[in-house]
Amino acid sequence: MTLLLAIVTGILFTAGFYLVLRRSLVKVIFGLMFLGHAANLLIFNIGRLTKGAPAFILEGNQTAVEPYAEPIPQALILTAIVIGFGVQAFAIVLFKKAYQMIGSDDIHSLKSTDRIA
Amino acid sequence: MTKFDIELLVLLPILLPLAFAIVMLFAWNNLQFQRVMNLVAGSVGFIVSIVLFSTIYVNGIQVVAIGGWKIPYGIVLVADNFSAIMVLMSGLMGFAVAFYSIVTVNKKNEQHFYYPLLQILLMGVNGAFLTGDMFNLYVWFEVMLISSFVLLALGGKQEQLEGAVKYVTLNLISSMIFLSAVGILYGLTGTLNMADLAVKVQLVENQGLVTVVAMMFLVSFGIKSAVFPLFSWLPASYHTPPVAVSALFAGLLTKVGVYTMYRVFTLIFDINNEFIGTVILIIAGFTMLTGVLGAAAQNDFRRILSFHIVSQVGYMVMALGLMTAFSFAAGIFYIVYHIITKTNLFFISGIVEKIKGTYNLDTLGGLFKKYPSVSLLFLISAFTLSGIPPFAGFWAKFTVALAGFCIEQYLIVGLSLFVGLLTLYSMTKIWNYAFWQDEKQESEMEREFYKIPIQRKYLLYSPSIFMTVVILLLSLFAGSAFDFAVLTGEQLANPQYYINAVLGGK
Repeated sequence: MTLLLAIVTGILFTAGFYLVLRRSLVKVIFGLMFLGHAANLLIFNIGRLTKGAPAFILEGNQTAVEPYAEPIPQALILTAIVIGFGVQAFAIVLFKKAYQMIGSDDIHSLKSTDRIA
Repeated sequence: MTKFDIELLVLLPILLPLAFAIVMLFAWNNLQFQRVMNLVAGSVGFIVSIVLFSTIYVNGIQVVAIGGWKIPYGIVLVADNFSAIMVLMSGLMGFAVAFYSIVTVNKKNEQHFYYPLLQILLMGVNGAFLTGDMFNLYVWFEVMLISSFVLLALGGKQEQLEGAVKYVTLNLISSMIFLSAVGILYGLTGTLNMADLAVKVQLVENQGLVTVVAMMFLVSFGIKSAVFPLFSWLPASYHTPPVAVSALFAGLLTKVGVYTMYRVFTLIFDINNEFIGTVILIIAGFTMLTGVLGAAAQNDFRRILSFHIVSQVGYMVMALGLMTAFSFAAGIFYIVYHIITKTNLFFISGIVEKIKGTYNLDTLGGLFKKYPSVSLLFLISAFTLSGIPPFAGFWAKFTVALAGFCIEQYLIVGLSLFVGLLTLYSMTKIWNYAFWQDEKQESEMEREFYKIPIQRKYLLYSPSIFMTVVILLLSLFAGSAFDFAVLTGEQLANPQYYINAVLGGK
């Protein structure tokens, strides 16, 4: 399972960076989403996977007994997903607005900021 | 002060902007109230940052465990000398920008939550300066980024949107790399507390992987602090938003990246690692040079200044790359002087725009004859930025170069001096075109400017006058300021101080 997830993470990173380098604004957004998912999966995987053992302290015990899943990576991912969701929603609106104003989704047409006045 | 007071004090730079932002949101349709609240927030924030600074100066490093969790399990806030300096700077910025915003930000932008966003941005910046937890740092980065995204696009002009697309894309990629690096670091060490990381990273068997993570942090913070070759978002976006936003971004945002770079590479990763030091120095050299050459080609007031940010970040990164206690001190002094000077230059560019209606150097002119006081303000900041002797910039550049000489890095020192010369060239260019040359014709805008009541004009000038006074004070008392920077440099060069303060002396 760890290996499978590692491969999936790799594919997501590859696809993400490839899409970010494309000229179409839509593809850039998809690239950003893939990169976000890749980072989340990476954290999930690197926190060592434990199957079917939630991070609970059983009743009557003072500490958790092995095996239990590590709670921190899950907490981190949850935070990262929420933040990623907000930021991506903003990015989509921004890109749409930019597309409407410029009339093209080709990144090479976003040149007015680089022109020397 | 009791322990509780101090803990509250460390939290205040984060809590106050949040509280003020919430209050402002409740009065969303009452602009006058928001303006006043923003002034109050700026002033209170400035006072709090001064009190925090003096407390840290007297009492040493302060650690707050949020929610009473046992260190290193919960999130901690750590205020050491470096954090205190940076929070002081952000308080100063918040104060000056609050006053500057009233005259320069137009009503439409104000209605679109300009003031609450400003406070949230300051909260994110202060949080990033104070946190002692890697993942928490990521969260503060995002708080800061999302409000900066909106501030940058506020107004929705075409060039703003284009700039924002580049800014958003590159900064999101940077955040993802940062997040992945934090994840890997956690996988290697099982902790996120920076002080705990500093101890445990040394014990990791696979030191090769640690270097990889270090490089991931370097790339991520490199994008945020706009170093070569990752700076392209900065000159594409910083000249587009309302000038008050430009000034705040120019002063604070890239410096957050630089701050985290200093923090991570002094505390967590071994500062005696030759490889990391060399990489940072090479990057610093290229950053200085490309930034200043980019500026030389530009013909727009704000774009020249934007490219200069890149070049100046090069100096700060160079001071980090030299990796001695003295070079850290020089770097910190450089950051402080740069924040103040750069913000003031953007303030002045805004004043010029208010008078003439343009940032384009070709159509500007005749300012020296008509507005000698504005010209004087510019001249002081320009001299400071290019490092002319009596001013703070000279001491900053001098100490950075001295730090380089001490460990015989002559190439980078030579380059930094050459870049200083080119900086003087671009400042002369602005001076010649905008202030010195004869006025071509009086623009429509300028006649409008005459009609502005005198009180508003003073309100427009006052933040810049205030910043100029701060520059002069920093220049006059450069000795005492640098003494404190040396203490801070010592603290950074010996991570044991930080680690003992957080984990308890063992």
